[in-house]
Amino acid sequence: MATKQRSSSAALLRYLGVRLALVVPTVLILVTLVFFLMRVIGDPISAKLGGQLTPDELERRREAAGYNRPIFVQYFEYLGNVVQGDFGTASKDNRKILDVVLTNGAATVELVCWSLIIAFLVGIPLGRLAARYHDRLADVTIRFFAVLVYAAPVFFLGLVLKLIFGAHGLGILPTSMRVSRTTELALADLGYDSHFMIVDALRSGQWVYISDVLKHAILPAVALGLMEAGIFIRLIRINLLETLRTDYVVAARARGVAERRVVSKHAFRNALIPVVTVMGMEIALMLCGAILTETTFEWPGLGYALSQYLLARDFVAVQGIVTAIALLVAVISFLIDVINALVDPRVRY
Amino acid sequence: MPTLKSALRKIPGVKLLGTTHGLQRLMLLIGSGIMALFVLVAIFADSLAPYALAQRKYQGEFFGKQQPPSSDHILGTTVEGYDVLSRVIYGARTALLVVIMAVAASIVIGVALGVISGYLGGWLDRILVLIMDAVYAFPSLLLAIVVAIVISGGSSSGFGGMMAASLSITVVFVPRYFRVVRNATLSAKSLPYVEAAKVGGARPGRIMFGHVLPNVSQSIPVLLTLNASEAILTLASLGFLGFGIEPTSASEWGRDLSTATTSDLTNGIWWTSVYPGLAIVLVVTGVTLIGESLNDVLNPLLRTRGGTTTADERELEETVLGSQADMPDDVPAAVAGHVTEGAEAPEGGAR
Amino acid sequence: MTSPAPVLLEATNLSVSFQTDGPPVRAVKRVSFEVRKGEILAIVGESGSGKTVSSRAMVGLLPRTARIEGEARIDQTELIGLHGEAIRRVRGDRIAMIFQEPSTALDPVRTAGWQICEALLSHQNISRKEAMARAVELLDLVGIPDPEIRVHSYPHQLSGGQKQRVMIAMAISCDPEVIIADEPTTALDVTVQAQILDLLHDLRERLGTAIILITHNMGVVADMADRVAVMFRGELVEQGTAEQIFNDPQHPYTKHLLGSVPRLGGARPATMDAVAAPPVEAELALSVRHLDVFFPGRIGSPPVKAVKDVSLELHRHEILALVGESGSGKTTLGRCAVGLQLPTGGELTVLGQELRGIRPAALRALRRRLAFVFQDPASSLNPRMSVADCISEPMRVHRTGTKAEREARVAELLDAVELPSDYANRYPHELSGGQRQRVSLARALVMDPELLVADEPTSALDVSVQAKVLEVFVRLQHQMGFACLFITHDLAVVDLLADRIAVMRSGELVELGSREEVLRNPQQQYTKDLIEAVPIPDPVVQKARRDVRRGKA
Repeated sequence: MATKQRSSSAALLRYLGVRLALVVPTVLILVTLVFFLMRVIGDPISAKLGGQLTPDELERRREAAGYNRPIFVQYFEYLGNVVQGDFGTASKDNRKILDVVLTNGAATVELVCWSLIIAFLVGIPLGRLAARYHDRLADVTIRFFAVLVYAAPVFFLGLVLKLIFGAHGLGILPTSMRVSRTTELALADLGYDSHFMIVDALRSGQWVYISDVLKHAILPAVALGLMEAGIFIRLIRINLLETLRTDYVVAARARGVAERRVVSKHAFRNALIPVVTVMGMEIALMLCGAILTETTFEWPGLGYALSQYLLARDFVAVQGIVTAIALLVAVISFLIDVINALVDPRVRY
Repeated sequence: MPTLKSALRKIPGVKLLGTTHGLQRLMLLIGSGIMALFVLVAIFADSLAPYALAQRKYQGEFFGKQQPPSSDHILGTTVEGYDVLSRVIYGARTALLVVIMAVAASIVIGVALGVISGYLGGWLDRILVLIMDAVYAFPSLLLAIVVAIVISGGSSSGFGGMMAASLSITVVFVPRYFRVVRNATLSAKSLPYVEAAKVGGARPGRIMFGHVLPNVSQSIPVLLTLNASEAILTLASLGFLGFGIEPTSASEWGRDLSTATTSDLTNGIWWTSVYPGLAIVLVVTGVTLIGESLNDVLNPLLRTRGGTTTADERELEETVLGSQADMPDDVPAAVAGHVTEGAEAPEGGAR
Repeated sequence: MTSPAPVLLEATNLSVSFQTDGPPVRAVKRVSFEVRKGEILAIVGESGSGKTVSSRAMVGLLPRTARIEGEARIDQTELIGLHGEAIRRVRGDRIAMIFQEPSTALDPVRTAGWQICEALLSHQNISRKEAMARAVELLDLVGIPDPEIRVHSYPHQLSGGQKQRVMIAMAISCDPEVIIADEPTTALDVTVQAQILDLLHDLRERLGTAIILITHNMGVVADMADRVAVMFRGELVEQGTAEQIFNDPQHPYTKHLLGSVPRLGGARPATMDAVAAPPVEAELALSVRHLDVFFPGRIGSPPVKAVKDVSLELHRHEILALVGESGSGKTTLGRCAVGLQLPTGGELTVLGQELRGIRPAALRALRRRLAFVFQDPASSLNPRMSVADCISEPMRVHRTGTKAEREARVAELLDAVELPSDYANRYPHELSGGQRQRVSLARALVMDPELLVADEPTSALDVSVQAKVLEVFVRLQHQMGFACLFITHDLAVVDLLADRIAVMRSGELVELGSREEVLRNPQQQYTKDLIEAVPIPDPVVQKARRDVRRGKA
């Protein structure tokens, strides 16, 4: 038995090793793609200031920034910098991109976490309900709901929420930023700066701050969470319908296992395997949603920063943030692989 | 005998409708209805819209900015002084053009690459898979933004803007077709009838496009609806993030929403944002409903199935009870019961 | 049997119909049967006969769309109409089930022990620890080696036979009065089948459990059944003791079924016996020398050796049967012969051409003279092409014949495979499985091949249809004289048509010889085991064989 266990965990490690090794080329391809795509329009300086400066002045600035060297030299230099964690400096506000990524990244991660809580709370029960009452009224209603939340762009959903709950509607919830100014200053005074607002608020132990953070999170989390819930509902419904028809579910019924247990211990557990896999692929979609949500609610995350830099035509910053997001996606999809290996014993084999 | 019914069945949509029932049929009908409306509005935008695309004054007088809905402007006017209803109607045209260009381009490129990569395998396949997977994992909107920057430098006008949007969506969607088609090709490749063609000495081109492709094409309709709805959403998102098309050259729902968010929302002005938003929701709902019903129809697991393998039963009947089956009048009660009951005859199998 | 045991389970006028998109389909029509304590009742029928549906109706395991009428009683308990908790108490505790496909009937993400415990805990008031101990005992009882270790195994770590043993352990865990075994050995190899049947026989004797054995295999029926019920298209057409059914069948369907079953060691039908062109020893259609075929394993594991150092020859006009169980490498070898699979090492000469390193153009030219018939009738024809197009495709590919000539050839071949000429315009989905296989055969023969490889061409067909296909096949081989590599796992079919037989196991050639030598006087132990394991569709013969096997054990 001991040897069996050991060989199985060795297989698991090998599987994860292979997966990890695959992350590298993925990231490399993306970084390369982004770099060269951005350079098709010229270097960041000409792209931003072309036409506004005299040719001589432009040339002088390009030379100062090193953009007149061969493109491959610049490419490898950029790669080297990225490896060392240097994504460049934004010309708009002279912030280090790495700084922006860390500060605003925390906000994005926090938003995604809140929205996932909403998505799980809404999506999983509704998905299970729809599968259970397949083709009946509950299923039909839930399917239409899922289609609608999918069809509504996050920013439109956010906008409607803002109209309803914002100052001109019910006026009960804040519609922009992560916290109110006073809370932010108070937390900063206390010396908490993890960039995760809820963590800082909890550390302060003051209900005023905690509730302020939570209130700010509700609308963005609901907007993004409902979009994700739409995905979950569809995924869980269809996979549960499929596992409910498998032989092992019939076999479990045939040995007298109670229906509730058949669904939760056999059908649902197996339905989760493809759900987790697909979730790994939907991460990219969720990040898109996060970018739009942040812009709608002025939530100072990566997406918000990105849209600000885009408007300012600061392409060094855009390239840096896009590269950082590519890294983030790669890391998350690796984590999904780990979860997958834990859920499905066949992967470890 | 070619009857009207069988002639009708030749039209793909009608045949599809015939295979649906209940909820699927309802979804298909609602979805198709919305899509038909969408296409008609896009085509006849000029005659449907009360004002022209970039019209701001009527008989020398400005409409006025941010005017609430009134009899002159049923849905009000925008911060830029346009008529909201006209903007929404012209937005359908932009959306339709972008969807058609994006979908057509992604299908052609994605399917061709997918079939070739899946069938030929080898190094070409490995490299393509690596690249496509990387692009697939990347947030589609970011990629679209990068491509939009590349093509148009960020902002553009009219047709150029639509091209930029369509191409950005194409870049995002080619990997999806590629993945699905490549996987379908891999499984079709080992199907006996494809191998039979191989053993028969057929060349790779004939096998790929004569046998594999028709088989693979089954998986495309669902993907197509997904592609179309995401094209509309991506177009709107690009517009929302400031990569819109100049308001004077084309109307685009996302861009109108964006201007409304930044200027109107804080003043409690809702009509400039809600109507273009609802237009997006309606169209995407229509496409998605069609996709959902297609998915149900094509996924046999989710169907309540009718009569089973009738050809097998008929053969058994002929071989076992041979003479009896040939003479319907003499069929014993036990056997006659089967013939008349339920089991629907397969298409064209009438004897 | 002087004093019959008490009736345990009884179905009376049981009918099942399914609601569909169209009119309801009646799957089972007024079926009545009973099973007594310690008895094995076999319900026999081919696909679509309603045998599975009727058994599942009794324990309420049909989908919502099913409507059940009639009665089914275990002791005094009426089963039809029971819901929820009431039927749950019956399932597993009083009536247990064993399924056809053990690899899908076990939950892939739960260990064997977990699933057996679940069955125990659902019906008995014992602790988890006691249940686990009992699970180990049960695994030991059904003959799984190292039960203490295997109890922690996931299904994918067990072999097919072991999985079915786990299913049986689960079925007997709560000492049920009746076990419904639904095609329990159909998915298994013949030697494993024999072991599982022995186990069921043994359990019946030791525990006195009644067994309802649902099967299409007449050999299994003869081996196991006390009584037999024959179902045909939803109706129970005949019922009686095994001896009655086998020796004196009454219903035309039963007669037809028994007449169609190929028998190992049975006489060849006259139609198959006339040898037209005797094998020509001197000319080789296929020559295989020290052939190896390896497949790359998963990263970090060694390659899979599908074929290891196999040498054999196929003469012109000869039928060589390639026999083996799953994983024996027989299909891989057959695919090599037509260039669908590249060998890793050794020599492979087809119709005088070395296949290793052959150029694509030369291979295409060679393929004019080769043909392959596939196992699965559902996917062996392109669903979008008419029968005529399917058959004539090789002609179009090789640009032979005019349109009229192709049409004539199609008509000729349809006639040869005994299909009406108007079938030319039909599409594959309009044909039955047997008809599709005959079309496949016609397509294979359209270019007048010199070598035909047939990979289990009749394994997916019902017995009564298989007979016809085999008859057509043999007649055409005699007429056209192609050499044939006939790949199969069914020794009874081999006995019908092979000139010589090659037995393979785990990629290696075990025995090679004439049909008489290999089947009547096998030299290798594995061949003997294989022949021994095939159940003969005759209860008297089969009982004698079982007694001999018992005596040896």
